[in-house]
Amino acid sequence: MTEFRELTLGGISVGMIYAAIALSLVLIWRATRILNYAQGGMAMFTTYIALLVINHTGSYWAGFAVALASGLVLGGVIERLVIRPAENKPPLNAIIITIGLLVFLEGLAGILYGGQFRSFPAAFSITGLHVGSAALGVSANDVFVAVAVLAAALLLAAGFRYTSAGLQLRASAFSPPVARLLGVRVGRMLTLGWALAGLIGALAGVLVSPSTFLYPNSMDSIFVLGFTAAVIGGLDSPAGAVAGGLILGVALSYVGGYLGSDLVPLFGLAALAVVLMVRPSGLFSPAATRQV
Amino acid sequence: MTLVRHVATAAVLAVLLVIISSTVSPFRDYQMAEVACYVVAVAGLTVLVGLSGQISLGNGAFMAIGAYAAALLLLHLHWPLAVVLVAALAVAAAGGAVVGVAAARLRGPYLAGATLILAVALPSLALRYGLLGGDQGLTVVINSPGFLGPSFSLTRWQAWLTCGCALITLVLLANLARSRVGRSWRAARDDEVAAALAGLNVARLRVLAFVVSAACAGLAGALLAVTTSIVSPGAFTVTLSIGLLTAAVLGGLGTLPGAVWGSLVLVLVPTYVTDVASSHGLSSSVGSNIPVAAYGVVLVVVMLTFPDGIQGGVHRLSRPLASRLPAWPGAPRRRPPGPQFRAPASEHQEEGSL
Amino acid sequence: MNRSHRVGLPALAAVAALAMVVSACSSGSSGSGSKSTSGALTASAPGITATTITIGSHQPLTGVAAPGYDEIAPASNAYFDYVNAHGGIYGRKIVYKYLDDKYDPTSTVSVVKQLVLQDNVYAIFDGLGTPTHLAVAPFLNSEKVPDVFVASGCECWNSPSTWPETFGWQLDYVREGKILGTYIKQHFAGQKIGYFYQDDEFGKDGVKGLDDEIPQADVVSRQSYDPTNINVGPQVAALKASGAKVVVSFTVPAFTALLRLNSLKLGFSPTLVVSDVGSDPITLAGLLEAYAKQGGATVSGNQLTQGIITDGYMPTLGDTSNSWVALFKKIHDKYLPKLPFDGNVAFGEAVAYTFVQAMLKAGKNPARADLVKAIESGLPQGPAVAPYAYSASDHAGMTGAFIGVIKNGVIVKEGPVQVTNTSATGAVQSYTGTQPTAPSSGMP
Repeated sequence: MTEFRELTLGGISVGMIYAAIALSLVLIWRATRILNYAQGGMAMFTTYIALLVINHTGSYWAGFAVALASGLVLGGVIERLVIRPAENKPPLNAIIITIGLLVFLEGLAGILYGGQFRSFPAAFSITGLHVGSAALGVSANDVFVAVAVLAAALLLAAGFRYTSAGLQLRASAFSPPVARLLGVRVGRMLTLGWALAGLIGALAGVLVSPSTFLYPNSMDSIFVLGFTAAVIGGLDSPAGAVAGGLILGVALSYVGGYLGSDLVPLFGLAALAVVLMVRPSGLFSPAATRQV
Repeated sequence: MTLVRHVATAAVLAVLLVIISSTVSPFRDYQMAEVACYVVAVAGLTVLVGLSGQISLGNGAFMAIGAYAAALLLLHLHWPLAVVLVAALAVAAAGGAVVGVAAARLRGPYLAGATLILAVALPSLALRYGLLGGDQGLTVVINSPGFLGPSFSLTRWQAWLTCGCALITLVLLANLARSRVGRSWRAARDDEVAAALAGLNVARLRVLAFVVSAACAGLAGALLAVTTSIVSPGAFTVTLSIGLLTAAVLGGLGTLPGAVWGSLVLVLVPTYVTDVASSHGLSSSVGSNIPVAAYGVVLVVVMLTFPDGIQGGVHRLSRPLASRLPAWPGAPRRRPPGPQFRAPASEHQEEGSL
Repeated sequence: MNRSHRVGLPALAAVAALAMVVSACSSGSSGSGSKSTSGALTASAPGITATTITIGSHQPLTGVAAPGYDEIAPASNAYFDYVNAHGGIYGRKIVYKYLDDKYDPTSTVSVVKQLVLQDNVYAIFDGLGTPTHLAVAPFLNSEKVPDVFVASGCECWNSPSTWPETFGWQLDYVREGKILGTYIKQHFAGQKIGYFYQDDEFGKDGVKGLDDEIPQADVVSRQSYDPTNINVGPQVAALKASGAKVVVSFTVPAFTALLRLNSLKLGFSPTLVVSDVGSDPITLAGLLEAYAKQGGATVSGNQLTQGIITDGYMPTLGDTSNSWVALFKKIHDKYLPKLPFDGNVAFGEAVAYTFVQAMLKAGKNPARADLVKAIESGLPQGPAVAPYAYSASDHAGMTGAFIGVIKNGVIVKEGPVQVTNTSATGAVQSYTGTQPTAPSSGMP
C-alpha cells in the first residue's frame, strides 16, 4: 500500500511536468497551428539564464521571475524572427525550422555554459513530507510544482475564455483573414501566443531541472513525453494537456515500479496507441468526424 | 517510356558512381556508402510525407527493424546477402503495415506524436531481449563477393552495394510516383473528402504509403548494418528519425533528387563544420558545440531562403536552362506537398460566433 | 516526380562536380613501416613523422552522454601538452585528435574511419563507450591499427585471440562487482541487499560480479534504470518496498545523486554502496550543490554523500599527499583551470600517462606492431593502485581496487587493495604491494 501511494504521488508530480510542456505545445498549436519541436530547448535555455541570476544574486525567486520573463521574450522573438517568415509556406517547413532552432539552442547552451551537469535549486524542501512518522512519498517542492502548473493551466484557460486577448488569440488561429477584417492584430496575437508558450515552457524548465540536472540536452526526453501527453489529451485542449500529463505520469510510474523500467517507453507507446485508437484526436478534443 | 527513361538515367548515374568510387580513397567510399543508405531511407520518407501527406517522426524505428532483421539472419541463418536484404525489407514493410493500420485515422500532429514515441519505444525492445544483443548490439560482418576477386576492397564493395540499392530504390519510387498509385496519393493528400468521393480507398492508400516508406527504411537499415558492421539501439535514436525528416524537407519534400541532396547534407555538413571548428583550436566545449549550433543555423536559414528545399532552389536556378528544353506535360503544383495542418472541422461548430 | 526528367541534366552535372571536389579532397599517402637503426627519427609508421606522433580517439563531446565524459579527452590532451613541453617522446610531439561521436555507434564508425583512413593516425587511444567502441573494434583489428586503453570497463576488450590490437585499461566492471560484493558479504552478511544498476553492459557486468560473491538469498530487489529517463522514483519506491537495508548501485554520478534525492523524498535511508564511476565526491557535490546552498535548507550536499561506500582503482583525489594526485593536480591547474579537478580529469591524465609509458617502451622509431608488443611485454604500475596484468595472453589492464568510504566529501581508504580476476570462481585477495611514487619530472 505504501509503495502504491508513493508511486501514485511520484507519478503525479512528474506528470505535472509533462503537463506543463504539453500546455505550451497546446498553446502554440492553438495559436499558430505549428508543432514547436524546440519547446524543450527553449525551456532549457531560459533555465540556464535563471541559474546565472540565482548564482549572482543568491535569490531563487529572482531567478524564477527572470526565467519566466525571458521565456516570454524568447517565445515572442522566435515567432517574429524565425516563424513569421515561414507563415505562408508549407507547414512542415515550420517544424524543420523549430528542429533547427532546437539544435541551435542546444549548441549555444554548450558554447556559453559548457556541457557539464549543473545543479539547479528547488523552490522548497525536497525532503519527504511526513504524517507522524510515515513518509508520504511527496515533498513540499512536489506540491509546489503541482500547484504552479495547475495555476498556469487555469489562468490560461480563463484567459482564453474570458479576456479580450484570449478571444482575439482564438480568432487569429481560427481564421486569420476574418479576424483581420474584424480589427484583430493577427500578427501580434501570434507573437503573444508564442510568448505565452515560452513562459509556460520556462516554468516547466525551472520546475523540472532540480530533478534532471541542467545540461544542454536535459529537456530532450521530457519533451518527448510532454508531446505524448499533449497528444493523449488532445492538442486543442489545455485541460487535455493536464489530464494527459497526469495519466502518462502516473501510468509510467506504476509500470516503472511494478514491471520494470525497461518497459516504460513501450508502455508510453501502448498508452498512446490505446487512446488514439479510440479517439484519434486525443481524449479531450472535440470529436472531428468527416465520414463520407 | 517513363520506366525506360528512369532506368537509363539510373544506368548513367551507376556508371558515374562506379568511376568515382574507383578513384577516391576508401574513406570517401565509406562516405558514399553512408550517403546511399540515407538516400534509400529519405526517399521512402519523402514519398510518405510529401506524396501521401502523412508526417512520420519515427522512420528510424523501421530502419532499426530492418537492421536487426538483417543482422539476425546473417548471424544465425547465414543466408546470402541479397536474400537477407529482401527479407529485411519485407519484415520492415510488415511493421509499416501494422503501424499504418494503427495510424490510419491519425492526422497531422497526432500522427507525428505517435510516430515519435514509436521511435523511442521500438529500439528499447533490443535492451529487453538478449537475442537482440542488448545495449552492446550485434556485430555484422560481410565479405566482398567472390566474383570480384579476393583482394577487392570491402569498402568499395559496400559503396557499390549501397549505391546500387539506392539507384534501384529511386527508380522504383520514381515509377511509383508517376503511376496511378502516386496520383492517388497526391489526390488523397490534397483533399481527402474529394478523393473518397472519387472512389479512392483513402485508408488503404495511407497504409500502402506507410508500407512503402517502411520497406525503404528497412532496406536502408539493413544496408547501414552491413556498412557499419554493428547494429545497436544507440544507433537508432530519435535524432536519426528527426534527421531523416530534416533531410527530406531540406532536400525538397516530395522530390527524389531532394532525397539525395538531403542525405548529402545530413552526412557531409556536420563533418565539414567539425573540421572547420577543430582547426581553429577552440576550447573543447566551445569547439565541439560550434558544429552543433552551426548545423541548427543552417537548417533555419535554408528553410527560410529555400522554402521548397534545395531541389526547389536547384529547379529555380535551372529554369533558364530548362526553358530551352522541349516542354513536357505536367501541371504546375498548386498545393505544396506535405501534410496540411488545417483547423479541425469541429472548431467551426464549437465557436459559432466571434 | 515530374521534375526528375527536367533536372536530370543538372543533377548529373552536380554529381560530376561533386565527384571532382571529392577526389580533390581525398588524401592518399601512408607511411612506411621500416625501422631505422640509426639515431635519427624517421617516419616509421602511419601517423609518425620525424617530429610528431598523431593519435586519434572517439569521444562523446556533445549529446546526452557528454556531461562529465567530455572532460576526459581534454585532460589527456593536457597531459600530452605537458609531455610535449618537456621534450616529448624521444623528441616527437604528440598530436591528439579526438572527434565527437555523440555516443552514437554509427557516428563512431564514421569518425574512426576518418581518423584511420583519412588522417592516418598511428593508433586509436582511449575510445570511449562500450556500444560505440564495439562498432569499431573489428575494423581497427582488421586494419591492424593499435587500439589501446579503451575507456570502458567491459571485459570484452580482453580478447587477444580475436582482437590482438585491442587493450583495455580501467578496472573492468565484473572485477569491481566482485570486489564490492566481497566487501558486502563480509560486512553485511545476512542483511537484505538491493541492486540499482544501469541497464546496459556497465550495470549488468557489475551485477554479474556482485552475484559471484553475494548469496542469492540476500538479494531482495533488482532495479535497473535507463539513462535517458531521469524519473527513477518508481525504482526507488520498489527498493524501499523490498525492505533492502543495503543498496549497491552501478550508476553514473547523475543517477547516484538521483537515487539519493529520491530516497530522501521517500524517507528511505539504506547504506549505499556505489561503484567507482558513480561515486566521485567532487562530481556528486557539484550535482547536489544546489541543495546545499538553499537558504534554510534541511539538507546539505555533504550530508547526502556521507557514508557512501565505494571502490577506487586510482588514489583518491582527497589524498593530497599522494604523489600522483599532486602531479595530476599540478597539470590540471596549469592547463585546465576552467574544469573542476574531478575523477574524469584524473582518469584522462592517468590513461595519457600510461600511453606515454607504452610509447617510450615501443622504441625510438616504432612501427604499429611495436606499440602492441610494448604493452604485451608488461607495463610498470603507474597511477593505478594495483598492477597491470598486460601480457601476450591478457589485454585487460588493471586488476584491483581498494574499498573506501566518503567522509566529509572525500573518499577515505579502508583496508588494503583487493585484486581478482573475472572468473566466477576467482578469489578476491588482498594485494600487499605498495604503489610506486610518481616520477618527479612527471614523465615516465
